[in-house]
Amino acid sequence: MGRVLRWDVLVGALLVAVFAGGSLATPGFATVSNLSFALGDLGEIALIALAMTLLVVAAEVDLSVASVLGLSSALVGALWDAGLAIETIVPLVVLVGAACGLVNGLLVTRLGLPSLAVTIGTLALYRGLAYVVLGDKAVAQFPPQYTALAVDDVPGTFVPYPVALFVLLAVITGVALHATGFGRSLYAIGAQEQAAFFAGIRVKRIKLLLFVLSGTVAAFAGVVFTLRYGSARADNGLGIELAVIAAVLLGGVDFDGGKGTLGGVIAGVLLIGLLRNLLMLNDVSTEIQSVVTGLLLIVSVLTPRLLALVRSRRPVLKGSS
Amino acid sequence: MRSMRLAALTALLALGVTACGGTTKSDVTSATPQAPASSAAAKADPNAPLKPGIKLAFLPKQINNPYETIVDKAGIEAAQEFQGEAKEVGPSDASASSQISYINTLTQQGHDAILIAANDANAVCGPLQQARAKGIKIVSYDSDAAPECRDIFINQASSEEVGRSQVQLLAEMVGHKGEIAILSATANATNQNTWIEFMKDELTKPEYKDMKLVKVAYGDDDDQKSFTETQGLLQAYPDLKGIISPTTVGVSAAARYISGSKYKGEVVLTGLGTPNQMRQFVKDSTVEKFALWNPKDLGYLASYAAAALVSGQITGAEGETFKAGKLGERTIGADGEIILGPPFTFDKTNIDEFDF
Repeated sequence: MGRVLRWDVLVGALLVAVFAGGSLATPGFATVSNLSFALGDLGEIALIALAMTLLVVAAEVDLSVASVLGLSSALVGALWDAGLAIETIVPLVVLVGAACGLVNGLLVTRLGLPSLAVTIGTLALYRGLAYVVLGDKAVAQFPPQYTALAVDDVPGTFVPYPVALFVLLAVITGVALHATGFGRSLYAIGAQEQAAFFAGIRVKRIKLLLFVLSGTVAAFAGVVFTLRYGSARADNGLGIELAVIAAVLLGGVDFDGGKGTLGGVIAGVLLIGLLRNLLMLNDVSTEIQSVVTGLLLIVSVLTPRLLALVRSRRPVLKGSS
Repeated sequence: MRSMRLAALTALLALGVTACGGTTKSDVTSATPQAPASSAAAKADPNAPLKPGIKLAFLPKQINNPYETIVDKAGIEAAQEFQGEAKEVGPSDASASSQISYINTLTQQGHDAILIAANDANAVCGPLQQARAKGIKIVSYDSDAAPECRDIFINQASSEEVGRSQVQLLAEMVGHKGEIAILSATANATNQNTWIEFMKDELTKPEYKDMKLVKVAYGDDDDQKSFTETQGLLQAYPDLKGIISPTTVGVSAAARYISGSKYKGEVVLTGLGTPNQMRQFVKDSTVEKFALWNPKDLGYLASYAAAALVSGQITGAEGETFKAGKLGERTIGADGEIILGPPFTFDKTNIDEFDF
């Protein structure tokens, strides 16, 4: 009973239903080129969602990810314009992302500030820096062998390279979250921070690490984004932090921390992406697309709470969950 | 400490990679530019009839932008003249990346041609190439995509003519004397920047020796920002005599600020605006004259050009001609550009004849 009613399983089922329905009813949906594009279009959101899942499980959040992505993109553009080699630019930019994450993490763990407030601040700060770096310019003309790497499919599949990388990182993250002591300590921190602390978990150290990870991944996603569009701009990825958090919540991760699975989040990312793709193929306007995604999100936050309420009213049956 | 060591290590690694030589901008730009992808084998047949049932899709910079709506609506109506089908889809924000998913969608839906006003000339390039690989014709209008990624660009007016005529219009009103400023859209807007280059060039001519361009400000095609930028310009340059705002959003925001300020009647404003947005400011004498092309003709011409491409009347090569309905015969110029015509000047005497 409890197993079937788990939200992440429901999202997975919904994903299968959307995919099946789309394949049957919408021509052009289940084609290699469309799926490859739809997956590629989710690449950056999916990558960032991995790190975000760990943060939200530990009851923190990082709203500055899209701005770190934009800053990373702007830096790629400015350094490329200055004549640096792309092979030098990428590690440098990822390092800057890590530093952005470190700033978030230090403010949260050393000063004890709420991450929601801190990262709203750095959301504006990092985006501002992106404009300082590149202004309103757009830098293009990146080396074709690298832009191809951001767009092309792994030979013989409809999986673009960034998505293949995502799959690899998702496996690593999944194992870390669900099969290691580190993963369990995240749930412990998210469920009861003080208890986790007294149980010997290095709460602050771990949180700091998660923020650095989040910044690093976001900066790397910025590199992918820049190469995929072949255009470095300070406004790249504007607002995608909301898409990331929507996917994480839709995947059944509790915003209060301590609950959720990575599988649910991956299903959430795919569901939002495929649904959007399907709506567009059916000529549904942008406004209605936003309405659908918004409603889905509200339902996803509401349903688990309602289910919990229903369960708590029922006499407790030992061993049924 | 640990993170500092990590940083040092990564920096070292990075340096190592550079020392071995990497891919820099000069490697890419020195490579020979690729030839346009348009099929050179295809031959234009100017006498081919327009195919019935052609499917066109307009992809504006953003939907719900009044100017783009006028253009696209006229294009959709034109398609009915040649028994074609046309629709408008697009993102709700004018960011570079938001058009990309729409290009993919239109490619999957199997349209005959996509007509696009590009938000970023390069960002749309890859997906447009994929569409062309499937035989879809690409017509850019209003704001061009990189030339190797489209078949034809419908230019609303020759950039040179727009730039020079804006300066001429303003010079005439300020008596060829004094400080002037430009209020543009975004700093990377392809069309605005080209016009500004021609404005600067026009100003080097001897008859403008007493006029001085003191500042190019950017209102980002955002009403609020354009409004405050205007305010800033007038405060920073108390001797300012004239402002050119070559964007419909900018010129109406500037007019709104000036009409309610002490600068009304002191500072001359002109630019590119729509009659409906500018009517009240022309009537209250904030603005004497402004210019624009006819956006309906732009959409109309784009539609016919797309149909001519799909039907094989033209391939996009310089010198080819086709009949664009009521606009008559049109010729493709250099770089696959078709120019709509000279800009049209609006003033008190004629503004009421237009409703857009």
